[in-house]
Amino acid sequence: MATRPLPKIPLTGLAKGMWLTLKTLFTKPVTVNYPLEKEIPVPRARGVIALDVDNCTVCMLCARECPDWCIYIEGHKEEQPPSKPGGRPRSRAVLDRFDIDYALCMYCGICVEVCPFDALYWSPEYEYSERDISAMLHDKERLTDWLTTVPDPPPLES
Amino acid sequence: MYFRGDTVMAPPVVFADLLSNFWVLLVIKLGLIAAVVPGLALVAIYGELKISAHMQSRIGPYFAGGRWGWAQPLADGLKFIQKEDLVPDDADEYVFKFAPYVVLAGTLATFVIIPWGPRLIIRDLDLGLFYLLAVSSISTIGVLMAGWSSANKYSLMGGLRAGAQLIAYELPLVLAAVGVAVQAETLSLPGIVDAQGIDALYTIPGTDIGLPFIMVGQIVGFAIFLIASLAELSRTPFDMPIAESELVMGYLTEYSGLRFTMFFLGEYAGMVGLAAIASTLFLGGYYFPGIPADAADFVGPMVLVGKVGVLVFLFIWMRWTFPRLREDQLQSLAWKWLIPIALANIAVTAVFKVAF
Amino acid sequence: MTVNPQAMVHLSDAAVSVELETPDMTLNIGPQHPSTHGVLRLVAQVDGERINSVEPVVGYMHRGYEKLSEVRTYAQITALVNRIDWVSGFANEVPFIVAAERLMDIEVPERATAIRLILTEMARLSSHLIFLSSYPLEIGAATPLMHALRERERILDLMEGLTGGRFHPNFNRIGGVKPAVGQGAQTKKMSLDIPKGFLDGTRESMARMTAIADDMDSLVSGNEIFLARTKGVGVIPADKAKAFGVSGPNLRASGVQFDLRRIEDYLPYDRYEFDIPVGTTGDCYDRYMVRLEEVRQAARIISQAIEGLPSGPLQAKVPRIIKVPKGEIYVRAENPKGEMGYYIVSEGGRIPYRVKIRSASFSNLSVMPWLLEGALVPDIIAILGSLDFVLGDVDR
Repeated sequence: MATRPLPKIPLTGLAKGMWLTLKTLFTKPVTVNYPLEKEIPVPRARGVIALDVDNCTVCMLCARECPDWCIYIEGHKEEQPPSKPGGRPRSRAVLDRFDIDYALCMYCGICVEVCPFDALYWSPEYEYSERDISAMLHDKERLTDWLTTVPDPPPLES
Repeated sequence: MYFRGDTVMAPPVVFADLLSNFWVLLVIKLGLIAAVVPGLALVAIYGELKISAHMQSRIGPYFAGGRWGWAQPLADGLKFIQKEDLVPDDADEYVFKFAPYVVLAGTLATFVIIPWGPRLIIRDLDLGLFYLLAVSSISTIGVLMAGWSSANKYSLMGGLRAGAQLIAYELPLVLAAVGVAVQAETLSLPGIVDAQGIDALYTIPGTDIGLPFIMVGQIVGFAIFLIASLAELSRTPFDMPIAESELVMGYLTEYSGLRFTMFFLGEYAGMVGLAAIASTLFLGGYYFPGIPADAADFVGPMVLVGKVGVLVFLFIWMRWTFPRLREDQLQSLAWKWLIPIALANIAVTAVFKVAF
Repeated sequence: MTVNPQAMVHLSDAAVSVELETPDMTLNIGPQHPSTHGVLRLVAQVDGERINSVEPVVGYMHRGYEKLSEVRTYAQITALVNRIDWVSGFANEVPFIVAAERLMDIEVPERATAIRLILTEMARLSSHLIFLSSYPLEIGAATPLMHALRERERILDLMEGLTGGRFHPNFNRIGGVKPAVGQGAQTKKMSLDIPKGFLDGTRESMARMTAIADDMDSLVSGNEIFLARTKGVGVIPADKAKAFGVSGPNLRASGVQFDLRRIEDYLPYDRYEFDIPVGTTGDCYDRYMVRLEEVRQAARIISQAIEGLPSGPLQAKVPRIIKVPKGEIYVRAENPKGEMGYYIVSEGGRIPYRVKIRSASFSNLSVMPWLLEGALVPDIIAILGSLDFVLGDVDR
């Protein structure tokens, strides 16, 4: 049942509350004093998306699956010399532009998930706020820089 | 300073001339009040910030001033001073602008009669208690002015709530103090302290250690005085005039900048003032058992500040534990409980006073 | 201009004979107000402190999720519906995903449903702890806020450790919960099963949940001032609650034993033991107590669920491109705020034709004009808070 027995003696309710706050007064605060101390985010935390340019094949899957269309990709085809002599020259897609607008991104992670070639990773970094909203657009180079912060996946519960 | 009784300490000749000049003395007194009262208020604000934080598992101010954020109230004050002094278009401009000063003046006036030591008092009025209760209701006018002139419905409701509340709780405050006056046989605050201290009316049997009135039957009066002063100060559980979650900020809604600081400072100065009066009336004021009369000049202020500190801590503690009552419950608490009990308290005190 | 003397006499008579009437003051509470949970607007006609009528105006936070859902795939909608009731994001995903799975006729592995259940109950804890923190604040006590939020942080940390998101886990996929992702050769995006330390962390946190419920008992529930403010205030009788379509803890507080966790089978709740707390009178205090007790019960369910966590895959076999066959379905679930349902109309294809979202807060809010009639201004806040709605859930 929802109702518990109420205190019988008047004012015990008030006294109990005051006792609890007094106890808390002498316990250690739980605050993480942010700029001085920092919490280490869990490895899986969806902080920022890192791009591995080498793996990207400009297939546009991420840009298409993004629910708010915040990924901008441009690329062009380049003729590659044939891999063995006498073979046909092959065309390879080259990434010109890969921007993610973090002002729009809602951190759902669909792009990371649909990428068939492991070009996108989640990194738990979170300190990239800007004074200017246009600076939230991270270009290819900036996204590549995040790659160094990508942690190894956490061990699993057996 | 006003020197009381025949134990006048002869000041050096140069100063004696100066001090006997009314105007010089007045300026010194004003300067003291202007320095001590906001100072104490700032300490109370800092105490509230820190204590409330730790009661909630937080740290509270940390960076201002380098260590433990001791300069946070000052920094807040500086910030408020920089803010634009906004006056709403529809506001009654002069009333709106004048209200904070009325509130602050009413609060500051109570400090005139608080005895900090045997000879350390701005003015020892024979009708000190009466004066106190008279000036403490000046703030009510200021609050009503603020509420009415803001041209804001929330401010209006807050101002009216404040008016109703302050009038309702003025009575138990007065009646609780009457018990003390009956016991002390005087209305002068230093006289009341003396009646509990050095020339105590009641002592521990067999010794000459005076008993404060709270220990000789005024515990009920003390409780009523404390509750009523919480209500006078509009602090939780009686903070309906401000009631953030209902009335946004009550009569303070439209205030900003320096004028808001005035209210803010007034609130905390009032808290210190009422705590000082409660300790004077019930806890023996600057008197502490075992301290000889000639040391009281020096130790007295510290003893009083210590007692004030305990009461202010109690106020803060209650504020950060309790929810707020409803307006009608507040009124019924005052009229149905506190006032009858206070009246009974006076009757019982008077009977005992005459009988023994 | 001619003056009609008869009319003048008539007017003056009227002025004398009509009694002086005090017109009501229109008090506009919100959309920007400290305690309307966001952007609810109440147009109240008040006579002093007494309220004569209240008209809630909703829609300031309308984000059009139903319409947005018509141009998004099922996976994308899962990310969107998280935001409907943002304090219990995961619980919003479940009924939608279950609806899609039923349309596709997919059997979800046991381990996946168990994880869904754990996360749903965690969402319930996180939502109820927000209530337990904000409700005393609205009554005027500031300290319970920090105490409850301190413990809520543990829940959010656990959710983040498992799903990667604190508020918006987006952990459900059609056919299960988030599987191993990435098809490439590297290992950094491998399997997303439960990370090490999650189970131990959960055990520890659940003990803390019962402790904070006890703390709330001593800090709030027994407090005489709190009792005076909430007992007998805002009474919703059982028949009125049913008539207004109130659901969830608000309905149970009125004494109606109606819990979709027992009635529907969207998650395997029948495997676990738990009580359904029910109030007696349906006042604000009962609504508070029901939620406080549900915190204990949710902790109990989670403690049972992590002990007997089935092993197996996290996801059923699903096609790579998800197409939902033609059909219609309504799936409802017991969300922290009440009954949440999705009516999905599929024409076959990657995108639903229409999604109707039945959110709990909207129906719960509809009782308010009736409830607030004749109340006092401070009661508005007490009643408003006790209904525990989130504006995102009202406006969608």
